[in-house]
Amino acid sequence: MITEILQMNGYGLYVWSSFIFTFVSFTTLYVITKIQYTKERKKFMSKYGALDSKKAEVARSQTINKEILSSSQSI
Amino acid sequence: MFKIFEPGRIFVITSKAHKYVMFLFVIVICIGLLEALIFSPEDYKQGDSVRIMYVHVPAAWISLGIFSSITFLSLIGYIFKSKNFFLISKSLAPSGLVFNIVALVTGSIWGKPTWGTWWAWDARITSMLILALFYLMYLIAWRIYEDKEQVLKITTIITILGIINVPIIKYSVDWWNTLHQPASINILSKSSIHSSMLFPLIIMTAAFALFSMLIFLMKYNTELIKIKNKGLDRL
Repeated sequence: MITEILQMNGYGLYVWSSFIFTFVSFTTLYVITKIQYTKERKKFMSKYGALDSKKAEVARSQTINKEILSSSQSI
Repeated sequence: MFKIFEPGRIFVITSKAHKYVMFLFVIVICIGLLEALIFSPEDYKQGDSVRIMYVHVPAAWISLGIFSSITFLSLIGYIFKSKNFFLISKSLAPSGLVFNIVALVTGSIWGKPTWGTWWAWDARITSMLILALFYLMYLIAWRIYEDKEQVLKITTIITILGIINVPIIKYSVDWWNTLHQPASINILSKSSIHSSMLFPLIIMTAAFALFSMLIFLMKYNTELIKIKNKGLDRL
């Protein structure tokens, strides 16, 4: 059964290479996007950490900043 | 008018949503793969090579859908001077390009056993290649233009020019003699595809749509955090 699925009546090479190419492309895109996302969040955290208490309070009053800070705790 | 699309409101949703979308994507893709590779029947003419359709067709559909959405959002953004629409468009583009490349490559692989060639300068294939070039131009424009107003204008022009190609892709198989087969699925009339093949195709399309949404959410969040990073510098 496994051999049949792998060979696909002689079309296995074409079918499997199509599926593999698709999922390699998906994985690459996902990994690149995830790296960029994590990098920007880390950059935000380090910049926020460097602010004095007054500026940090101003930054924290904005909805998006508050969300980034709360979601960064779950990285 | 577009208060509902304010980045602050959207970010509250998008920062949490991608985990759920990822979970849904994994479930749907597993069902789709089982259907596409094991349970769906082989074609009476093309044999098992027809299974390539389950990645090729959804990728082509979604890449066309994303480009149309990018054009629509860019136009709305330009007319109503809302930068958030451009941000949404920019976040959609990378997955659109990847789906376009997947459609081209898997189409080429499918072409070898079906037509006996990897590539033909046929109307459908060439117009899809042109769409990939428009995606590339769009993404490169965002990278090379520093001036915000200029980049908004240029990307809108690119999408307007590119959208002319979308109906050409759709009707190329009817307007010209092509190696590519005509559409098997019609929304308005009866489809020529059997339900045993239509079902896995729909599942795989849903999975690919979820994947594009996942990438969009992550990319959109990244873009918003980038803006917020600049905001922290100005404090």
